[in-house]
Amino acid sequence: MIQACDPCLRRTALLGLLAGRIEIARRGGGQLRDVLALPDDELLAAVAGNKARGLAATVPALAAAQRDAARRAGLAAFCRHSDRYPARLRDDRAAPAVLFVAGRPERLAELVGEGEARPPAAAVVGTRRASPEGLEVARLLGRGLSAAGVAVVSGMALGIDGAAHDGALEAGGATVAVLAGGADVPYPLRRRRTYEQIVSRGAVVAEMPPGFHAHPWCFLARNRIIAALADATIVVEAAARSGSLVTTELALELGRDVGAVPGSALSWRAEGVNALLRDGAALIRDARDALDLVVGLDAAARAAAEARAAGPVPAPPDLDPELAELLEAVEAGRDDVESLVGGPGAAASVQAGLMELELMGLVRRLPGGRVVRATGQAG
Amino acid sequence: MLACVTTFTLHGVESRRVAVEVDVRSGLPGFTIVGLADRSVRESRERVRAAIQNSGWSMPPSRITVNLAPAHLRKEGPGFDLAVACGLLAAVGQVPAGRLRSVAIYGELALSGELRPCRGVLAVAEGAAAAGLDGIVLPTECAPEAALVEGLGVFGARDLREVAAILRGETDGTAAPARAPSASSAEAPDLSDVRGHRLPLRALTIAAAGGHNMLMSGPPGVGKTMLARRLPSILPPLTRTEAIEVTRIQSVAGRPVAGLITQRPFRAPHHSISASGLVGGGASPAPGEATLAHHGVLFLDELAEFSRSALEALRQPLEDGRVTIVRGQQAAVFPTGFQLVASTNPCPCGHLGTPRCRCAESDVARYRRRLSGPLLDRIDLLVEVRRPAPEDLAAGPVTSSAAERERVLEARERQAARAGRAGAGCNARLDSAGLRRVVQLDDRADTVLRNAYARGALSPRGHDRVLRVARTIADLDGAERVGAAHLLEALALRCEPVQCSEVDGEAA
Repeated sequence: MIQACDPCLRRTALLGLLAGRIEIARRGGGQLRDVLALPDDELLAAVAGNKARGLAATVPALAAAQRDAARRAGLAAFCRHSDRYPARLRDDRAAPAVLFVAGRPERLAELVGEGEARPPAAAVVGTRRASPEGLEVARLLGRGLSAAGVAVVSGMALGIDGAAHDGALEAGGATVAVLAGGADVPYPLRRRRTYEQIVSRGAVVAEMPPGFHAHPWCFLARNRIIAALADATIVVEAAARSGSLVTTELALELGRDVGAVPGSALSWRAEGVNALLRDGAALIRDARDALDLVVGLDAAARAAAEARAAGPVPAPPDLDPELAELLEAVEAGRDDVESLVGGPGAAASVQAGLMELELMGLVRRLPGGRVVRATGQAG
Repeated sequence: MLACVTTFTLHGVESRRVAVEVDVRSGLPGFTIVGLADRSVRESRERVRAAIQNSGWSMPPSRITVNLAPAHLRKEGPGFDLAVACGLLAAVGQVPAGRLRSVAIYGELALSGELRPCRGVLAVAEGAAAAGLDGIVLPTECAPEAALVEGLGVFGARDLREVAAILRGETDGTAAPARAPSASSAEAPDLSDVRGHRLPLRALTIAAAGGHNMLMSGPPGVGKTMLARRLPSILPPLTRTEAIEVTRIQSVAGRPVAGLITQRPFRAPHHSISASGLVGGGASPAPGEATLAHHGVLFLDELAEFSRSALEALRQPLEDGRVTIVRGQQAAVFPTGFQLVASTNPCPCGHLGTPRCRCAESDVARYRRRLSGPLLDRIDLLVEVRRPAPEDLAAGPVTSSAAERERVLEARERQAARAGRAGAGCNARLDSAGLRRVVQLDDRADTVLRNAYARGALSPRGHDRVLRVARTIADLDGAERVGAAHLLEALALRCEPVQCSEVDGEAA
């Protein structure tokens, strides 16, 4: 489904052609959003230098090519004059001219459209170099938000972004991935499986033309789409200088809420989030806090959300007494398997017991020989 | 005049018979060695000439031709010196040629005429016995090693004159001074030194009982190496056949052998080792660490730091228990029946799962990928080793080697009884068909296995590994059938937390 006018498609094609030069201009100190907000002719003049005239001559023919490319790649395309273009993106003066969509366009409208009850959406973003705990939190947030019907918007990057998508996919799949390159290019490649699942159950969107491989500035540019699509941006783990903080700045400019998950004062991964909290960001501990931030005190939404949000998986009533004892010890925070072993003979039975609990879905093993109580929906 | 002497050359860890023919005839004085001899053999001319003259004989002023047969076999090493000298003395009538037909001669000569010890004596003595010879003449120091072969007369000599006397039948040579078997008297490290680490200790017992290969993962300095070094102390003692094999390999590798080696070898090569250092190689194939660890333990510390080619080279040895090295025209087969114990950090910095870890998810994935694939397929036990708690460090030992070895021996006996004959392969060597024959799951265990498989906690290739380990755990328990508790513990010892299995999935 392609609903895009020629000028908007030409604009997109132009960005693709000038991608390398925009990168140079940005490194030279240009403000990316200012550059992106320029009209076509000024943009050409600003970054294309002496090639500007030659390029300007080729641009008119590009709209049809863009339409063909999108059709070949199986993508939908909506320009900002289309009524299917997510209205909340228009809040941004430098919003993308055309949004390409992989997956069902109706699903995108369900997730971030402007229906009679505008569905809520939250961005969950953070560092690529995440800790196992950070990944776990991102996953819980993704799962809790998605289960409550809140679309989870993120960038499908390694680390926090991907974990948030994975969590959302575990619970209904209400999730939108915003890619820096073409919407038909799964990047990073390691997230290919996540990409396929989001395409089939959520939606993948991108600003750049089909088949386009991202330049570094594209990642910053896509952060503005994430910030604009979501009603609130939640950061899980971010270093002091981080792309995620760029997203929060943009979110604040657009008048969106910002939340952050606190971390250790000693960890470099928490420098960014703790700084946000100090500056007044909402403190997010779990999916419930996130829902508070996103849907506010809307009682109906909250009730539905809390019913499905993650708590510990309930233990079956007929649990073997020995296993129950083991489970209690884990709940009490004895996460170190070694410490659960009482005497020399018990190593075998503790291992066997923990494995049984893991197979029942009551505990989860973490790297480094630790176990934690499993949360979320059983099964 | 012609004389013929029998000696042996080393080939892999075995010896091949070589006939040394010496011809002395009138002509321009000269000394030629023919028959595909390498440099150290051709240099023996000078040593033989000097040794004979320094022993009081004179070199015949004639044309001397030495032929080493069979001509196609490459000969190397200084062990030919003594055979060439004896042949020469026999050809000129200084020693009786008759005696030379029934004994093997093996040894290196010093210029003074004294004999020097050589490597590979046990292999040579075995070759002599197999060739039907009734004696071997060699340097005194090597006599105890050769005496390990039953039914072979061993004549140790200190110098060339004594060899001549032995050949004339005047003496039986010098008995070697009896040496205490020093290798076994050295105290092997004991499990009672270990504090805490109850789970790794349990895994170590299982590994010993079933002969399973094992991978330990944990932060630096928690005691992975210490645990691995103690594995030989709970393994069953070497049988005589195994001990002979171990001794022969050590001797071929040029290590001093005081007598029969009774301790299982423990080899811990550094991670900078090359592929040929690990499995054997060189211009004339020499045994590598994998062979030196035959019937013992090969410990690879920091497994992920080993070069990819070295780890790849380990695949055949792990699969077949031997490795074939082909170099030019020759191929040598080395036995590699070792048990692999490896250790690794869980991530590049080693502190995964703690706040100290600075590694990104992608770094960890890349690090683990270096280990993935066929090598991990051959490792049955994956164990997480953590820092022992302070109260454990202060407490007494958890167990001792003697106690654990007893349980291991019982479990091994059960395996042997099941296999029908003593010494037959342990559980780790069972193939799929053998596994199905010996593993009977009870009903609950069957449910657990199905459940684990259905939940995706178990991959098809992990399935057999788990059954093997479960069988060993049941053996330790004295159980005929594999119960649910055994199977659950075996599942836990695969120890693949969710994050890792996801990474594996993506790499596949």
